[in-house]
Formats: sequence, C-alpha cells, structure tokens
Amino acid sequence: MLSKKQARAFFLGGTLVTFLIFIGLTIYSFSKDQDQTNYGAITEQVVRGKDLWEANNCMGCHTILGEGAYYAPELTKVLDRRGPGYVKAVLMSPIPWEPNGRKMVAYNFSEDEAADLIAFFDWIDDIDLNGFETVVSPLAKDKKK
Amino acid sequence: MKYKSQKVAYWFFALSMLLLVLQIVYGFIMGFARIGMDGLHEFIPFNTARAVHTNLLVVWLLSGFMGAAYYIIPEEAQKELVSVKLAYVQLISLALVGVTAIIGYHFNWWEGRKFLEIPRQLDYLVVVNVLLFLGLIIATLYKGKRKTTTALVLTMGLLFAALLYIPGMIPFDSQVSDSFFRWWVVHLWVEGVWELIMGGILSFLLIKLTGVDREVIEKWLYVIVGLTFLSGILGTGHHYYYIGVNKIWLIVGGIFSALEPLAFLAMALFAVNMYRKGEKKHPNKIALFWTLGSAIVSFIGAGLLGFAHTLPQTNLYTHGTLVTAMHGHLAFWGAYAMIVLAIISYALPNLTGRKLYDGARGRAAFWTSNIGMIGMTVAFGVAGVVQVYLERKLKMDFMEVQNEISIHFVVLIICASLFTAGIVLYIVDFIKYGRPTDEALEIKE
Ligand code: HEM
Ligand code: HEM
Ligand SMILES: [Fe+2]
Repeated sequence: MLSKKQARAFFLGGTLVTFLIFIGLTIYSFSKDQDQTNYGAITEQVVRGKDLWEANNCMGCHTILGEGAYYAPELTKVLDRRGPGYVKAVLMSPIPWEPNGRKMVAYNFSEDEAADLIAFFDWIDDIDLNGFETVVSPLAKDKKK
Repeated sequence: MKYKSQKVAYWFFALSMLLLVLQIVYGFIMGFARIGMDGLHEFIPFNTARAVHTNLLVVWLLSGFMGAAYYIIPEEAQKELVSVKLAYVQLISLALVGVTAIIGYHFNWWEGRKFLEIPRQLDYLVVVNVLLFLGLIIATLYKGKRKTTTALVLTMGLLFAALLYIPGMIPFDSQVSDSFFRWWVVHLWVEGVWELIMGGILSFLLIKLTGVDREVIEKWLYVIVGLTFLSGILGTGHHYYYIGVNKIWLIVGGIFSALEPLAFLAMALFAVNMYRKGEKKHPNKIALFWTLGSAIVSFIGAGLLGFAHTLPQTNLYTHGTLVTAMHGHLAFWGAYAMIVLAIISYALPNLTGRKLYDGARGRAAFWTSNIGMIGMTVAFGVAGVVQVYLERKLKMDFMEVQNEISIHFVVLIICASLFTAGIVLYIVDFIKYGRPTDEALEIKE
C-alpha cells in the first residue's frame, strides 16, 4: 500500500511539474506572435474606455468576453449588433434605459466618455475568440440573413 | 477546548454568521430584480447588489477559515496562540476593511472586476491584515510542540491564498490580460489552494469525529491535495478557452479540468470511508452531518456540475450564462460554506461548554438549507439551459429570453426562502450556545 511519504512525494512532484508547465504556457500565450488581441491597437482612448468600464462596474450586470453577470446582454460584438449610434444613446441617457422592462443605471456619460467606451468595444470586437464570437448573443448579421 | 486562546475563533465565526445573513439579503434583492421587482434600483442597482453578494460570500468564508485556523492550530501545535491581543486586532481590522468595501460599493467606489471589486487602495489593507493573520498562525505553529500534516496543509492553503491575491492587483491595459490574471486569483483559489484549506479542516474534523488513526487520515489528505494541484493548476485553462488567448488552452484546459472532479470524488470517498471505519462514538452528530455533507455536496456542485460545462465543446455554448451561476452556487455551498458550518458546529460546544448538539433544530437547519440550496441550483440550471438554447442556438434576443425564463426566478425565490429558513435555524442555535468561556477548558470533549 501507498505510504505517507509516497503520498507526499506525489503531492509535491505533481504540483511542481504542473506549475512549471503552467508558467511555460502562460509565457507562450503572451508571446508576440501568439497575440490574438491586436495588442498594438490599444490606444489611449481604448484604455480610457476600459477605465470607465471598471470604474462603473459594468461587469456587475453585463458579460464581456463571456465574463461578468448575467442580468444584461453580452457586450462582445455589441457594435455589430446595434451600431455605435444606439450604444451612444444608451450610454448618454440621463434616465434609466429600459427598452424591455429591465433598468440600466442612468450614467449620463458625456460625448467624450461615450466615445471612449465605444472605442473600447471596438477593440474588443476584433479579438479572435477561438469561435466564441460566432455563438455569443444574436449577431445583427446573422439575423438579417 | 484545550487552549484558552482558541476562544478567539468564536468571534470570527460570529462575524461569519453576520455577513452570511447580509449576503442572503443581497441575494434576494437580485432575485426580485430579476422578476421585475427592482424598486431599490436607485439605491442598490443590480451591480451593487451583486458585488456585495459575492464579496460578502468571500469575506464570510475567509472569516470562517481564519476562525477555523485559530481554533485548529493551537490544538494541533499544542501551544497557546502567540498573541491573543493581535488576533483581536486582526479580527477588527478585517471587519472594518470588509464593511468599508461593502459601503463603498453603494457609492460607485469599486473596480468592476468580477469577484475582485475591492478598490486597490483597500487591497493594501487586506494584504496587511492577512499578513498579520499569517504571522500569528505561522509563529504559533513554528513554536508549537508538533507540526502535524493537517496543520501544515491548512497553513499552506492560507499562505498560498494570500500570495495568489497579488496577481489580481497588477494593472493591465488589455481586458484580456486583466481577465487572464484575474483567474490566477479566482480559479486558483477555489479549485486550488482553498481545497487545501478545506482538506485541512476536513481532516481535523475526521480525526476528531471518527477516531480513525491520524496517520491514515493524513496520508489520504496528501493524495487529495496532490490530485487537486495536479488537475487544478492546468485546469485554469477552462477559463481561457474563449477570452482571446491561444487555442492550446482548449486542449490543456479541457483535459486537466476534466480531471478536477477526481479530487472532489476522493474527498467524498475519503470522508465516507473514514466515517465507516471509525468508532461512531462521538456525540456531536450535527458536526458529522455537516462534515460528510460538505464532502458529498462539493462533489456534486463542484465535481459533477463543474464537469457538466468544462469541456470546450460545451463551454462554447454555456460560457457566461446562468448555467455558470447554477454551478457557482452549489460548488461554493458544498465545498466552502458547508465546511465552515461544519467546523463551527464542532467548535461551538467545545468553546462554550454547552452541548446542544442533539436537538432537532440543528438537524432541521441542515436539511432545510440543503434542500433549499439544491432547489435553487435546479432553478438556476433550468433557466440556464433554456437560456443557452434560446439565445445561443436559436439566436433569440437577450431580453426576450430573459422574459421567457423569469418564471424560474420565482421558483428560485421560493427555494431561496427555504434555504434562508435553514440558515436562520442554524443561527438560532449559534446564538443559543452563548459566549465562549474558560470554564469550557475543564470539560471533556
Ligand atoms: C469548490 C470548487 C469550485 C467553486 C467554488 C467553483 C465556482 C465557480 C464560479 C463562482 C464560477 C463563475 C466564475 C466567473 O465567471 O467569474 C465558476 C466557473 C466555472 N467553473 Fe467552477 N467552481 C469550482 C470547481 C469547479 C470544477 C471542479 C470544475 C470542473 C470540473 C469547474 C468548472 C467551471 C467552469 C468550466 C467555469 C466557467 C464557466 C463559464 O465559462 O462561464 N468548477 N466556478
Ligand atoms: C437567498 C439566497 C440566494 C439568492 C436568492 C441568490 C441569488 C443570486 C443571484 C440572482 C445571483 C446573480 C446571477 C446573475 O448574475 O444574474 C447570484 C450570484 C452568486 N451567488 Fe447567490 N444567491 C443566494 C445565496 C447564495 C449563497 C448561499 C451562495 C454561496 C454559497 C451564493 C453564491 C453566489 C455566487 C458565487 C454568485 C456568482 C455566480 C456567477 O457569477 O456565476 N449565493 N446569486
Ligand atoms: Fe475554474
């Protein structure tokens, strides 16, 4: 039967080996030629958009890249689905937006802030998501077909 | 109770219970918002309720883990805690940081990063607090008469949990990198180091409650935590399938995360077998219920329901839907909430000297809360599967689908009420036990 010493060796050995592989794969994923995100396309405006996204905890209702809350629509590809004009109207609305009986916080963003967030969504929309982009929420394009 | 300083644990447990109640209140706020009753929207919009709900969960579990450590470590190390005063300082600062964060969430002071909403400024205070806690635990262990595997695994879990908080504090320009390293905290906590904490507490409880030889129990503890890391570290890949990183994670994450249930299966088999082998003489049956319950329900919630959506082919459709919420609830409940309730049930009679463990209320609390939580899981699950089908297969609009599934949230609220009734019964027992006392030192356990 397995002894306590062997059990400990299994624990330490397994942990060390998988940990090293994990670090290796992480470095590989972030190497330049594996980039799927258009990292170079992140402008200052995109970063400002991301800051607004975080400062207001948009992820507390919506998902993006499939992460967040399930109370409001996925926002990956939202520009394809709705177009920038609609998105801007939602962001700048001074009263809670509620087209289907569920309220969004009335952020009352300025023109510039709305543009920053739209730049952020625009950058998100070009990320290669290994196929998820074709599944996530109904795309305006799919619908028209 | 064998050491005076173990009494500190009581106050961590009390804080835990208080925060659990608040967590549930915010859960109801979200549940009602989902069936159209969002009268509180002005003051507590859904995102506030959600951040409060999940952060309170994490803080009450951490407070429970800390209480468990303050109870277990002196007994395992056979030494009084090095400083009781500092332990109280740590308790109060934990409560203050927690409460500040929660209040801040009501005033748009947060970082919208799921589960890690605590603003960076407060993060530093969290770090100081946890360092103080670890200092006390590690010093006690170091100066103690013996260093058991149970104590080492528990301490290692707590130490790694603290270290893993750091990747979550690094700022990134890219949402993808942000998300990637957020999982080093969130995933490697619940499917890695927290399992060490759970394993340590479980092994302590089994040693006490079943009377099986420590050597046997601790050998299996190593096997369990070995399986945890072997599968869990590379299993992180199941969060990397569709967030904009290399496809290699579909293979690595798929294979290793599919192995993760083995650790939970091992935990369940371990607990049940030790119980069978044991003498079944310990009178605290309620603690035994929660202990075995935790091992079994975690296998269902984390193991089976985790497996249900972990393969890349399935996750492509379920990623970011209510299916995830279904799994999140039963996994957190079985693995971490129940193990905290188990150690509290075990410790209270010893801390207070009152033996209330054969009352009907304790059993009712166990069954009512578990049946309620399983009902909630089913409600989330049905809503999730319908959502996936309508939204992702039939490409229906998000809000149209939400209106279709709102009935399942009525069911959710009913089951949540049952669950809450169970928790209330548990807390009534907690209160009836009264305060910890030194007189309990003389009582045989
Ligand atoms: C006690 C252990 C566990 C807990 C507490 C837990 C909890 C959670 C939570 C809260 C989430 C949502 C995270 C988020 O979106 O931010 C999640 C996601 C996930 N969990 Fe677990 N989990 C556990 C174990 C497991 C196991 C063992 C597996 C696999 C066998 C698993 C598979 C998954 C998957 C695939 C997701 C991603 C879902 C998605 O794409 O939306 N989990 N888990
Ligand atoms: C009265 C009881 C409860 C109710 C009504 C409730 C309801 C909810 C709701 C509506 C959400 C948000 C889902 C969404 O984004 O749309 C949520 C999230 C969550 N709750 Fe609860 N909850 C309750 C108790 C609990 C308990 C006891 C736990 C832990 C043991 C828990 C853990 C979580 C977790 C981990 C999440 C995040 C899930 C995810 O992101 O996938 N909840 N809860
Ligand atoms: Fe995970």
